[in-house]
Amino acid sequence: MNQSDFLKVVLPFKDKVFRLAKRLLVSTEEAEDATQELFFKLWKSKEKIADYNNVEAFAMTMTKNYCYDRLKSKQASNLTLVHSNYKEKETSLDKKVEYQDSVNQVHKLMENLPEQQKIIIQLRDIEEYDFDEICKMVDMKPTAVRVALSRARKTIREELIKKHNYGVS
Amino acid sequence: MELANIEKLVDKYLNAETTLQEETTLKNYFKEGEVAPHLQEYSYMFNYFTNAKEETFTKAIKLEPKKSKKKNFKWLSVAASVVLLFSVFIGKQEYDRYQAKKIYAQVSKGLELLSTNLKKGEEAVANLYIYENTAKKILK
Repeated sequence: MNQSDFLKVVLPFKDKVFRLAKRLLVSTEEAEDATQELFFKLWKSKEKIADYNNVEAFAMTMTKNYCYDRLKSKQASNLTLVHSNYKEKETSLDKKVEYQDSVNQVHKLMENLPEQQKIIIQLRDIEEYDFDEICKMVDMKPTAVRVALSRARKTIREELIKKHNYGVS
Repeated sequence: MELANIEKLVDKYLNAETTLQEETTLKNYFKEGEVAPHLQEYSYMFNYFTNAKEETFTKAIKLEPKKSKKKNFKWLSVAASVVLLFSVFIGKQEYDRYQAKKIYAQVSKGLELLSTNLKKGEEAVANLYIYENTAKKILK
């Protein structure tokens, strides 16, 4: 497998890897480093890649594991992730601003979810993988995945309603 | 899409029972903007999901590592072992020469000793001859 073959295989899902990494690691720089590192790792194990029938799922699993490791070492060294880079450009219209704010709120709410739910909701609602693929990626039973996903969705919805009612009354 | 239908789908969605296709239907519905007030929060969620999917990794992927330190260490160790081998080789030569010198000195010392002693013996024998000759002269 040469470089261009390899890139043909991996480039289609580079954004997905990046987004998952960012979901878990929060900061864009961290996620970029992680993505770079992961693709380098994939390149080094390119001989093995040919044997996998689903490279993308393998890459997502690798991403998940790699980010877990990063998070663990972060915790060990007592560093907290700082995040302030998700403010979108605001439009002048009040209504739009409010709406956009609520949409951004979802991002913050997702950050508060447990890691596992974060991954699953990312893979399902944003990347739109089907359940079989998600099960493989996170190495969980389908029922467990559904339960986690359902919990994540319900939590986000409830928090949104709470925030919204608070703002109105 | 009818509101009743959407409500049904939303319930299924919360229980994580929707298929990908149904979720796409929901996403499209909430993208439209005309959302029933009691479903407003879903509109935030689905629009966030749609937006989030647009984020991309813009940097180029580098497959060659930055000049890694590992490689340098490898070459350093190669160089070190070459130096070590060389010095052992030189040392061995030097040692051999020293040993040879030592042996040579010993041997030559021994030979010298031998020759001096032999000389002594010769002188003694010469004296003996002189003695014998004079004795013969006298006896004649």
